[in-house]
Amino acid sequence: MSPESRARLLLSTLVALLLTVLPLPPLLDVVRPAFLVLAVLYWSVNAPRTGGLAIGFFAGLMLDVFQGPVLGEHALALSLVTYIAVREHQRIRSKPVIQQALIVFAALIVYEVVLFMIDGWTGHPVTSPLRWVHTVTGALIWPPAAAILSYGAGHRV
Amino acid sequence: MAAFGTGAGRPLSGRGGSPGFRFTLYALLSVIAMYLDQRAHYLEQVRYVLQAAAYPLQLAVNSPPAAWRWLQESMQTREALEAENTRLHAHARDLELRAMRYEALARENGELRGLREALPPVADRWLPAEIVNVQLSSLRQRLLLNRGAVNGVFKGQAVLDDKGLIGQTTHVGPWSAEVILITDAEHAVPVLVARTGLRTIAVGAGDTTSLALPYLPGNADIKSGDLLVSSGLGGVFPEGYPVARVTEVHRDAVQPLAQVRAAPLAHVDTDSEVMLVWFRPGHPAAPAPAAETGGDLGHGNPALQPQTTAPKSHAAPQAAPAPPPPPQSEPSQPLPTQATAAIKATPAQPASAAASAAPAPAPPAPASVQAAPGVPATGAALPGQEQP
Repeated sequence: MSPESRARLLLSTLVALLLTVLPLPPLLDVVRPAFLVLAVLYWSVNAPRTGGLAIGFFAGLMLDVFQGPVLGEHALALSLVTYIAVREHQRIRSKPVIQQALIVFAALIVYEVVLFMIDGWTGHPVTSPLRWVHTVTGALIWPPAAAILSYGAGHRV
Repeated sequence: MAAFGTGAGRPLSGRGGSPGFRFTLYALLSVIAMYLDQRAHYLEQVRYVLQAAAYPLQLAVNSPPAAWRWLQESMQTREALEAENTRLHAHARDLELRAMRYEALARENGELRGLREALPPVADRWLPAEIVNVQLSSLRQRLLLNRGAVNGVFKGQAVLDDKGLIGQTTHVGPWSAEVILITDAEHAVPVLVARTGLRTIAVGAGDTTSLALPYLPGNADIKSGDLLVSSGLGGVFPEGYPVARVTEVHRDAVQPLAQVRAAPLAHVDTDSEVMLVWFRPGHPAAPAPAAETGGDLGHGNPALQPQTTAPKSHAAPQAAPAPPPPPQSEPSQPLPTQATAAIKATPAQPASAAASAAPAPAPPAPASVQAAPGVPATGAALPGQEQP
């Protein structure tokens, strides 16, 4: 992987983190997709060697600092999702983008289930159905997000 | 999936082992971190460092709204600024008048309590802090402030605005502090109804406009419009600060508990600045240490009895968080003390032993005897000053 695509990876992850923690009005906040998870998923599938678990873990840790009730919660959920994506990257990469969106939807559900369980175990249960809304918007935004992230990458990373 | 996965994982095991191995490692690390953070709070240092690292990012996130605010402020017309200036001047004058009255009331209150000295204000000092980041979802209601351990901020510190209670600090970094709002679903404030002295607990409901009071029996004396003030139990908030106003009371004959909702008085969604407050530890109105609250619930500390303080709590809260009172109280208190200290010696009561044993605030004691005639005098002077 070339240095410039490595820079693209880090930059896009940083931007995704900023988008995730950007303060929004409550209504928009509910439908905000988990940008960071989407970015990490994209790089896990398309650059599993450079992206992969380390990026997933540390991005999750940053998310914990910003908004996690317990340190390590998002880190664990994101590591798991990244692991699945890295293992299955060849299968996912070969699929058309609509099917990819469905896979992303499943991955986001897994991510949210892990968060949900940890929230329950650590005594911060949030049972509002609103917490699942972002999995749908995340799947919907996957095709344009993937197009933006792959833009300009003429060579295969 | 598993059968296919082993094949796909192999070529990736270049450095640091296979993805499966690395995932196990990271998962283990996360679980250990969660355990330490949750159970023993061993990770305060790690959090401190991470919060410091995250602060620039949070500032960057906040920069577009901050730039927009700055632009709006600099675009204001001269007339708007002048109007605002006039309004603020009038407001400051009102507050100063009220603070004068507050001095007299505090002295009178001290006398009524037989303390032989007016108590200094419970708020020792305060620090304005800017809100850097806001999370107001139904899941989390948090603020990030631009003050941290460097400014002396500590975990579990009370945060107020000019209308009432906002919340308390949960995580403190070197330059920033995270505040959990009283409306967060995980937060509960011990309150009392100012009208009746009824104590209960106000729990956040997950949106900025309402608190729930879930522990009131169906026949509790509470009605819409009642003011809720902090009760001083719980060890974080001192007694007597306004928290919320009751908005709706539902009494269902079938339910043993009344369903009560209250609207917080602080305007978190429009504030851009809040106050971090330090309280005088020895003060009777200061928050009771958490360890002792269990015992206090049963009989109650005489200094915390709601009856004596309920009237004061109406007048004090507006004046206390605003900057004017203490600068005035510091220079103004020694004067009556000097004048009255000599006269004071004669009516010394048996209680004087207890009072002289009281620590620092003893010297600036404005004598209760002399204060009594002084109260109507200052009170009468007020309207006179207002007329011209």
